[in-house]
Amino acid sequence: MSEGTFEPKIIGFFCKWCTSAAADLAGTSRKKYPANLVPIRFFCSSRIDAQHILHAFENGADGVLIGGCHFGDCHYQDGNYKTARRIALLHNLLKEMGIDKRRLQLEWISAAEGDKFTKVVRKFTKQIKELGPMKGNGV
Amino acid sequence: MKRIGVFICHCGINIAKTVDVEALTEEIKKYPGVEHAENYKYMCSDPGQNLVIDAIKEQKLDAVVVAACSPTLHENTFRNASERGGLNRYVCEMANIREHCSWVHDDKTVATKKASLIIKTIVEKVKYDEPLEPIQVNVTKRALVIGGGIAGIQAALDIANAGVETILVEKGPSIGGRMAQLSETFPTLDCSQCILTPKMVEVSQHKKIKLIAYSEVEDVEGSVGNFKVKIKRKAAYVDQAKCTGCGICYEKCPIKVDSEFEEGLGKRKAIYTPFPQAVPNKPIIDTEHCTFFLKPGKCKVCQIVCPVQAVDFEQQDEILEEEVGAIVVATGYDIYEPEKLKEYGYGTIPDVITSMQFERLLSASGPTVGDVRRVSDGKEPKRIVFIQCAGSRDKENHLEYCSKICCMYTAKHALLYKHRVHDGEAIIFYIDVRTAGKGYEEFYNRVTDEGATYIRGKVSKVYQDNGKIIVLGADTLSGKQVEVEADMVVLALGMVPTRNSEALVRTLKIQCDANAFLTEAHPKLRPVESNTTGIYLAGAAQGPKDIPEVVAQASGAASKAIAILTQDEITFEPTIAGVDEDLCSGCGICVGVCPYNARELDREEMVIKVVEALCQGCGSCSSACPSGAAQQRNLIDRQIERMVVSALEEN
Repeated sequence: MSEGTFEPKIIGFFCKWCTSAAADLAGTSRKKYPANLVPIRFFCSSRIDAQHILHAFENGADGVLIGGCHFGDCHYQDGNYKTARRIALLHNLLKEMGIDKRRLQLEWISAAEGDKFTKVVRKFTKQIKELGPMKGNGV
Repeated sequence: MKRIGVFICHCGINIAKTVDVEALTEEIKKYPGVEHAENYKYMCSDPGQNLVIDAIKEQKLDAVVVAACSPTLHENTFRNASERGGLNRYVCEMANIREHCSWVHDDKTVATKKASLIIKTIVEKVKYDEPLEPIQVNVTKRALVIGGGIAGIQAALDIANAGVETILVEKGPSIGGRMAQLSETFPTLDCSQCILTPKMVEVSQHKKIKLIAYSEVEDVEGSVGNFKVKIKRKAAYVDQAKCTGCGICYEKCPIKVDSEFEEGLGKRKAIYTPFPQAVPNKPIIDTEHCTFFLKPGKCKVCQIVCPVQAVDFEQQDEILEEEVGAIVVATGYDIYEPEKLKEYGYGTIPDVITSMQFERLLSASGPTVGDVRRVSDGKEPKRIVFIQCAGSRDKENHLEYCSKICCMYTAKHALLYKHRVHDGEAIIFYIDVRTAGKGYEEFYNRVTDEGATYIRGKVSKVYQDNGKIIVLGADTLSGKQVEVEADMVVLALGMVPTRNSEALVRTLKIQCDANAFLTEAHPKLRPVESNTTGIYLAGAAQGPKDIPEVVAQASGAASKAIAILTQDEITFEPTIAGVDEDLCSGCGICVGVCPYNARELDREEMVIKVVEALCQGCGSCSSACPSGAAQQRNLIDRQIERMVVSALEEN
């Protein structure tokens, strides 16, 4: 499939205190970005289980974007540190499974960073387009 | 299966312009579980909300999805409407198709497709949403304040004045804390004791305050609304009920000891009150120095002279048990150990003293009755060198942080010294002068106007030469080395949390930072709350601050406590993480993960028990649990899995 016609399916797992609010701000500011990403809202990025991410890949996601609070800003003290450790471990595991680790990205986006949110989504969508679909050439 | 109603809002043209709401409604109608779908121009308006309410009743809906704006805007609106329609508020959810969709995409086909995916994920979520009831906890309407300095005094008075019974526990023999030791306070130069002692008396006479001095909190169990506290009342060897505070015992006591209150510059007796205005004004016996305890059975002078037979050498420590609904921690500060600053000669050069000792020299109630005198020979010092940041802002060797108050108290010291010794010379070495505060810069200007000399630079060494004190430092503005002969040197030491308070912190299950200051629940938005609901922070125990800030924070902590203690019961959001006891293996992983101590391992049943009032619903235990027993209510694994699948659906 050529890069031009491939529209990847991307899941966004976002903390409601920061990245989901940043997405709200991007909306309020009418910042445009590709529509490939469907957001799912959590109370904290630390709620996101490795299983949920693998489940997304298993069910056809071409990319998964995790959004949490910057270090020191977690609404629940240190949830984002747990997320950082979990994603680092999962990146190693993805390699073992033959999934390119660039398909899973963790970003810290505060509620004030609507602009950063759009940039991250644009860049991540482009990256996944370049990687191509999971099915077929999965890696 | 649930009967789900989906309500799609046009938001005027905000959504309808880029999302084909009619086509979307038709598509959503076909989605499994959706019994009813409709769209309306303004769903949040009265007629819009009535559409929801009427549909719930007429279509016998079990759950509602409103596809509109961000839930931060209108989740409450539609949950309230759902309640009016007869549904539980937690089976109503919002799908954000405005901020997350119509406002950020231009292509109508693409935006409509994404809107349908967003709605479908939320439909999957409500399929498994359960009706929830807010968590309710009965409240014991009593407060505990730990620490009787100005922070604890203010908090206790505020809570008690709101009509709530308050227990104030102080580990020393008197309340008053550090503020009682101070001479005058910047920038107004009010006499510290003059403004503090009336408050101390007010505490002792307040009908709603139970003052327990010379006591320490040993153990705390329970949670917000219902703490069980064990307080150890240390043996004072004086029957507090019999003692009238006449003072004959300490007049007659033959043993003299360095006074802690006078920072070693004055003496007290082995039976003593720390200072004349002490509250309670009842003496205690210092068993480390009392002859009776050192040579059992000897002396007993105090017992013999006491007119009311209050001295009781047989007295034992006593454990008091109290129940309270909220706790304010105000354990205060100590000054940084001057012994660690070997280069400044503290301990070897008698006239190198600490800032707190200088406070006592300046105090009208101090060992010199306010005259500035040298410790070594009692002479009036004609030149004093003040060293600011002594042990502060020095990451490599001492404290990394700035204690905030030292610039101001040193300026005050210089001014008060000049007032006492008119021809005296005050020389201040500083790194920066920080005077952020109301009237502070003006005060600093006054001090320099009245002749204090400020030298920008650090002091490298203080030593004695032929009986003279030599201060060696740098003047970084001129780039030259400076050598000053001084009659006295005052070290402006920073603040550290009260020593030996770690055990209390562990008992309370609250956190402290790398410098052992207590950690607030949020550095900006929850500065007086600890991580544990129902435990609040006041004063320098949380971080260095001056008196007005301490008082403000104490009142803030008190108002947080009052908000709980004036209610019969308190309610919390029910979207917390529970435990499926059938699945739980009692591994305890979640206990370590929880930032709020909301999860406890029941070792008899080998399952986790949740303290519902403490859980804040972050869900970190849910993702850490290896057996799926810890599930966040209305965001269980199955819901997330179903949401993921529907988000990836092909249109």
